Amino acid sequence: MSRVEVRFAGFGGQGIGLMGRLLGEAVALGEGKNSVMTQSYGPESRGGASSADVVIDTDDIDFPKATDLDYFVVMSQEAYSKYIPKLKKGGIIFVEEDLVTLDEHADKAKKIFKIPATKIAESLGSRLYANIAMLGFLCANTDDIVSEESLLKVMKTKIKARYVEKNLVAFQKGKEHQ
Amino acid sequence: MSKKNEDSPEVATGQHYTTGNHAAAEGSLAAGCKFFGGYPITPSSEIAEHMALRLPKINGNFVQFEDEIASIAGILGASWGGVKSMTATSGPGYSLMVENIGLGLMTETPCVIVNVQRGGPSTGLPTLIGQQDVMQARWGSHGDYETIAISPSNVQECFDLALECFNLSEQYRLPVTLLMDEVIGHMSERLVIPPKEELTIISRKKPTDPPDKHLPYKADDSLVPPMATAGEGYRVMVTGLTHDERGYPDLTPEAQDKAVRRINDKIRLNKDKIIKLEEYMLDDAKTAIVSFGTSARAAKGAVNRARKKGIKVGLLRLITLWPFPDEKIDQLADQVDRIIIPEINYGQVTREVERAAHGKTEVKGDFRLGGAIHTPQEILKEIERN
Repeated sequence: MSRVEVRFAGFGGQGIGLMGRLLGEAVALGEGKNSVMTQSYGPESRGGASSADVVIDTDDIDFPKATDLDYFVVMSQEAYSKYIPKLKKGGIIFVEEDLVTLDEHADKAKKIFKIPATKIAESLGSRLYANIAMLGFLCANTDDIVSEESLLKVMKTKIKARYVEKNLVAFQKGKEHQ
Repeated sequence: MSKKNEDSPEVATGQHYTTGNHAAAEGSLAAGCKFFGGYPITPSSEIAEHMALRLPKINGNFVQFEDEIASIAGILGASWGGVKSMTATSGPGYSLMVENIGLGLMTETPCVIVNVQRGGPSTGLPTLIGQQDVMQARWGSHGDYETIAISPSNVQECFDLALECFNLSEQYRLPVTLLMDEVIGHMSERLVIPPKEELTIISRKKPTDPPDKHLPYKADDSLVPPMATAGEGYRVMVTGLTHDERGYPDLTPEAQDKAVRRINDKIRLNKDKIIKLEEYMLDDAKTAIVSFGTSARAAKGAVNRARKKGIKVGLLRLITLWPFPDEKIDQLADQVDRIIIPEINYGQVTREVERAAHGKTEVKGDFRLGGAIHTPQEILKEIERN
């Protein structure tokens, strides 16, 4: 078994659900592995807490929810405080550095990757691209989640045609961020 | 699912990454469903939403009714109008439907009801899982009847078993329930939809005798009468009152015995053909887990973990909940020392297992009352407990 658990979390409107769907589909249709994506969100369409879990496994996925996070991709302070206890000891954090201040709970992480995803997105004309910049950053710095090829393929079919080009640029910028 | 897929025909052949609710909708469309009548309710609303997008593009009809009572009445009517029909709801909506589900059973009307279970009773937990409507699917309506309810454990099965529900409802002429749950309904997984020509689609038998000689409730050895559609020239009589072979009310013990015995026996005598089970590592098992739906996934994970520790345990997954697999449980009770039933309710399937095990083995429920699912580790703990 090689179960990997990824949680994306932030606030409604950041495209957290889309991150989960893109990753889940890229894994399940592009990588020949199994993946289950589940979402949770509050009643508000924007501003409330939002999270999306992707569980990846070469075997059957017996438990569909994430409980012991290998990767925690976090884009709001509220989501950080709420879910940091779920990060596995030795897990990895990807953080939107302008929106989240880490505390001592992050010490259990093996690695912390920081990116100003929203600023990068704003430089492209809209903060809406922040999620995809983060996805590019995640993809570039991990080797057991998903290939760039599978992710790009899904992005081209699942993102509305008129937004694809800008999102591809955002992905690239995230990928190149050091 | 993308807009592109929604433009495709009845069978959305190909690979998808989608939710159980959308998969159930697609399975229904692939089965030939052309009418959806419903009233949206969490956690089933995405089925209605998806059908509202898809049906108008394939010459079907979608109606959002004023409530669930009208919805079930509408799909019974649509079925008598000759189309395959369905609704989707959750516990509170199913509660409103049970009277007319009884009408569907008495009038032998094929249709499919999806219940995406949430925690109850009453309004309960609108957005969170329950498996508490197992008994309601069996006994919700009054009177004596047999029925069929099927429970998927993954997104692929939501498609496959929705289609199967339609096939069974058409073959045996009765309302069939697809008993899903919130977790399966909302989670996304891979779904592979085969080409149309690879699917087995069953449609109701039509009468072949001349209209003036036709008796609408006269069955052959199958116990299932052919069904004429209104407007085809045959007399169509539909009443919830006890009726004779002509469909006329006949309020006598003799007519009641004949009619009610037949609508029960058409299922009872075909149990072996209807019941679907998955047996996993049961051959040498000394402990058996019996589970269904979302709970069965964690149960399988627990079996795998226990086997690694050398514990002889296996899983019987109930794909068909009703009719209940009495004979299989009876056999299992001879073989194993203990049966454990993880379920997200306070003992509904456990009670059935106790009944069917005839006291020959220990039967123990592992209950969650709703809102959360078992982890494989929790079920493993139950297996390891002496």
